Amino acid sequence: MKYLMFICGDENLDLSPEETAAINTATEAWVREATERGVRLEGNRLARTETATSVRSRDGELLVTDGPFAETREQVGGYDVLECADLDEALEVAASHPVATIGTIELRPFWGP
Amino acid sequence: MTVDAALTQAFRSGWARIVATLIRTTGDWDLAEECTQDAFARATEVWPRDGVPDAPVAWLTTVARNRAFDRLRRATTEASKLKEVAAAPAVEEVAVDDDLPDDRLRLMFTCCHPALPLEGRVALTLRTVAGLTTAEIARMFLVPEPTMAKRLVRAKHKIRAAGIPFRVPPPHLRAERLSGVLAVVYLLFTEGYAATRGDDLLRRGLCEEAIRLSRVLATLMPDESEVLGLAALLLLQDSRRDARVDADGRIVTLEEQDRSRWDARAIGEGRALLARTRAAGPYVLQARIATCHAAAPTAASTDWRRIAGLYGQLAELARSPVVALNRAVAVGMAEGPEAGLTLVAELEGSGALQGNHLLPAVKADLLRRLGHADEARTSYEEAHALARNQPERDHLARRTAELGTPT
Repeated sequence: MKYLMFICGDENLDLSPEETAAINTATEAWVREATERGVRLEGNRLARTETATSVRSRDGELLVTDGPFAETREQVGGYDVLECADLDEALEVAASHPVATIGTIELRPFWGP
Repeated sequence: MTVDAALTQAFRSGWARIVATLIRTTGDWDLAEECTQDAFARATEVWPRDGVPDAPVAWLTTVARNRAFDRLRRATTEASKLKEVAAAPAVEEVAVDDDLPDDRLRLMFTCCHPALPLEGRVALTLRTVAGLTTAEIARMFLVPEPTMAKRLVRAKHKIRAAGIPFRVPPPHLRAERLSGVLAVVYLLFTEGYAATRGDDLLRRGLCEEAIRLSRVLATLMPDESEVLGLAALLLLQDSRRDARVDADGRIVTLEEQDRSRWDARAIGEGRALLARTRAAGPYVLQARIATCHAAAPTAASTDWRRIAGLYGQLAELARSPVVALNRAVAVGMAEGPEAGLTLVAELEGSGALQGNHLLPAVKADLLRRLGHADEARTSYEEAHALARNQPERDHLARRTAELGTPT
């Protein structure tokens, strides 16, 4: 089964340079390991939400606004596409992501049968 | 045995097994439930005419499986599932007694998966494991039937869409997931046990289902101490059901209960289960506490020192303010009201039970025993204002009245 894994966290979290470096190193290791195992197909980090642009089309009129679609305490900061046997395996993979210890990981199965 | 009795027995012992087997082989929860239901409907027609078959559950399994087979065959789009049904073990292998108990365990672990909302876990367990109808479950939880139906649909949909596996979790997930299963069964029991009045009688059914499920779990996992502990705990608590309320629906405290009305058979079964436990987890400890009460022929002969010690152990495992409060009660009995009040004061200071009537109620009892009538009255009144149900309010009002008029 395919899952989209949202990596969410407070992008304004005040981390020291050492803490940031540690998370980055751990994340790189997680990416390497999960990819080698075959459970991670792809993924990437995203730029901060202040770079986001939201687009809506209503009655033929295009509405373009600055910012994310919703203001939330935690923001999506990256994503990974997983290919797992079932939710238990996806949970295990998600739980081992370094951001799980400071933010939230949301697992969403792909649409479809 | 009458046909009705045979049907009831087959339902009790067969429902979950048949549903679970069909889920495993077809992966379709709705199909599994419907075909199992069809098989029982068929039995109510055939058995009175042809007699009860020698192996009723095997008979029902065959009918249910054939029905599932037919329905899948007709649904040509589901060709892949058909293959699985065809490859399923022969009826004789799946149906007879406890030869293949794993399917029921799979079912329980899946129904209680942590990715499902708690209310969904509870509803699904009652529907698919216990075999209650949606209407029955709705009545037990005092919600409209469509609400309960929606809850069940959502839970089943999530299992399918999110890929929740139908299996007994592997060893590294086992302990955590098992405690989730036990928590659901315990919740069912406490929901039912809270019912004290005639119009709540239906909720009594929840206690019976919880006990039944705990017995099944104890049969399926005979080496898991916490599983045995839970079954023992439920039986021991339930043994007091008839004595804890009087004819007028008033609460009778443990101290004042007529112990001859305790269910000796349930106590015996509970103690036997408890004797088989080795590790002292939260359910085992609570069952041991319940045994202390069950073993005391009179309230005065209760071994409060042992109970206080067990609550101490429990408090170390579970940082729960309710456990801490119960420990205060036990210590108050074992070492005197002052010692109990010291622990109550600590709890008050922590603010953990703010707004809960139990804290001032316990404090009031301890103050009363110390002979501090005025302070006790204030605490009883505080508890009375916070109590949520009428029998509890009545009980607290009686206690206040017993203190006499203010000095």
